[in-house]
Amino acid sequence: MRKITIEPVTRVEGHGKVTIMQDDKGNITQTRLHIVEFRGFERFIQGRPYWEAAVVVQRLCGICPVSHHLAAAKAMDVVVGAGAGDGLTPTGEKMRRLMHYGQIFQSHVLHFFHLASPDLLFGIDADPAIRNVLGLAVTPEFTDIAVQAVMMRKYGQEIIKATAGKKIHGTGAIPGGINKHLTQEEKEQFLNGPDPMNIDKMIEWAHAGLDLLKGFHKANRAIIDDFAFHESSHLSLVRKDGALDLYHGVLRAVDTNGNRILDDVDYQDYLTYIDEEVRSWSYMKFPYLRSIGKKDGWYRVGPLARMNTCDFIDSPLAQKEFELFRAYTGGKVNNHTMHQHWARLIEILHSAEEMKRLLNDPDLYSGELTTSGARQSEGVGLIEAPRGTLFHHYRVGEDDLIEMANLIVSTTNNNEPMNVAVNKVAVAQMTGQREITEPMMNAVEVAIRAYDPCLSCATHALGRMPLEVTIVDQDNNVIDRKLR
Amino acid sequence: MSKPIVATTSLAGCFGCHMSLLDIDERILKLVELVEFNKSPVNDIKTFTKQCDVGIIEGGCCNSENIHVLKDFRKNCKILISLGECAIMGGLPAMRNNNAPVSECLEEAYLNCPSVQANDERIIPNDDELPMILDKVYPCHEIVKIDYFLPGCAPRADLIWEALVALIEGREMDLPYEVVKFD
Ligand code: SF4
Repeated sequence: MRKITIEPVTRVEGHGKVTIMQDDKGNITQTRLHIVEFRGFERFIQGRPYWEAAVVVQRLCGICPVSHHLAAAKAMDVVVGAGAGDGLTPTGEKMRRLMHYGQIFQSHVLHFFHLASPDLLFGIDADPAIRNVLGLAVTPEFTDIAVQAVMMRKYGQEIIKATAGKKIHGTGAIPGGINKHLTQEEKEQFLNGPDPMNIDKMIEWAHAGLDLLKGFHKANRAIIDDFAFHESSHLSLVRKDGALDLYHGVLRAVDTNGNRILDDVDYQDYLTYIDEEVRSWSYMKFPYLRSIGKKDGWYRVGPLARMNTCDFIDSPLAQKEFELFRAYTGGKVNNHTMHQHWARLIEILHSAEEMKRLLNDPDLYSGELTTSGARQSEGVGLIEAPRGTLFHHYRVGEDDLIEMANLIVSTTNNNEPMNVAVNKVAVAQMTGQREITEPMMNAVEVAIRAYDPCLSCATHALGRMPLEVTIVDQDNNVIDRKLR
Repeated sequence: MSKPIVATTSLAGCFGCHMSLLDIDERILKLVELVEFNKSPVNDIKTFTKQCDVGIIEGGCCNSENIHVLKDFRKNCKILISLGECAIMGGLPAMRNNNAPVSECLEEAYLNCPSVQANDERIIPNDDELPMILDKVYPCHEIVKIDYFLPGCAPRADLIWEALVALIEGREMDLPYEVVKFD
């Protein structure tokens, strides 16, 4: 029996690592993705005033802080009596939606163009030294794509700044609404600014991204279709009428055959449906559907899950792409792990269309900012973050201080799926192998990367994750070590 | 003359400071001409391959590995910068220093949490594979000598850009009031 340790984010930067046990016959007997980061947020937020939550909690994650900002604000809407997602003023809700779609846009762009596209453009086995967005920038034939990536991300960040006040860790959303309008100058700039900083250019580039991926898919079916494929259930919010909605909706889950195992669920009742398992070897918990149980009740969240749960997309260009996506699997549930990228690009396009629609809406420029009603002692706020469904739940005392906080972050929902993907790849690549090669390590990394994990809700390399594999014998003597 | 070499890392941070570095937008293309990146999440370089001129640290120290990385940075970088509130004074993770001992934090997350209804064996993660959590969250300058402090949560992109370029070019930093923010 021997143990293989893979540290996706190197030992020293380690927020997560993989261990693989192999018996004497070469069979893989156990694989684990460990999350090694722990913050204790649920405890130390206790005793803080409730209005602080939306500005404090986002500091768990600077990669998609708007998601935490809005999920906390939505929970506190309930507390101040402003309803659960549908009670805000038109201005309040639409400003938040604009902020959110700006966030989805920039975060998805970061993941696809900065992280994934170098793999596609340079090839999965290319020299790691150039296989990142900086490498794109200095390679003449790809400079255009690097510039697109940078400018698309900038557009999303500027939308966030205009709605939240700051690009990172803003303050725009407050319990019961929003604290500002958009100005006419901002509208003009976002809609008709000089190229490339206008919404039509963003829509054009979103299409270009889709073409890039589809071209790669055509030429590399095996990688995109088969790699880390595994069956699972899928969960997300959907709008009441079944449309894709990333800001608000009801919970829906489908199993691998497409049967709805949750439908039309009001997320204020999430505890009735969802529970988490604790395992001693990871700080990240393992959520599951109570009706199905610990063993089989796990599910996937994120762009792929959303394409599987929703019935349609309420914006014309993205709807067309959605139909192509659905047709690829004959309308059946899509379990191709690497199709996450495809789904993500459809959402980039949808976000751009949504931003355009919202920017043309007069409610952004005038109207009541906030509302409130009868004070409640407890609230749940859910949102579809870039990486999937994000749960915030707070209880607030009569003294206005937070008594209890519970978070289930997007990446936590994907904990079991990532473990399953690691196991699939390890078994496929390492069974019977005495020597662990670079391609094997790379394969495990690619499987994890497909989930765009945000570990600790934060550990997330901008380039590719560096890997270290250590093989030890029973007595913990290192017999082989590889770095790359 | 060869290009100055820059390394960056995130300890107990949220990656927001790194994101703010990306917010220099088009200037990224200039940055790759100005400097060479060594160990950093922006590339694949995992361990220091040479002595660096500037090391940028995001986040404070909340576990044993953070300390290890920070000391490694001090050893390998001529100039160390604490970037952002977490590196400078612990930031949000340091809220546990005041009134929330580690044991209570762990109990809250794994035993008392409302969405953990079936943890009958009362499991709290404690595997050998997990690094040791420190009693407190420590700011970086309590562990090693830090040469520069750039405030903000996150520090604004313009602040990072100006400070970095000044250091690289060996001139005095010109940091007007408007770019130095503490929130
Ligand atoms: S200082 Fe702010 S932005 Fe930087 S790591 Fe800490 S919480 Fe994140």
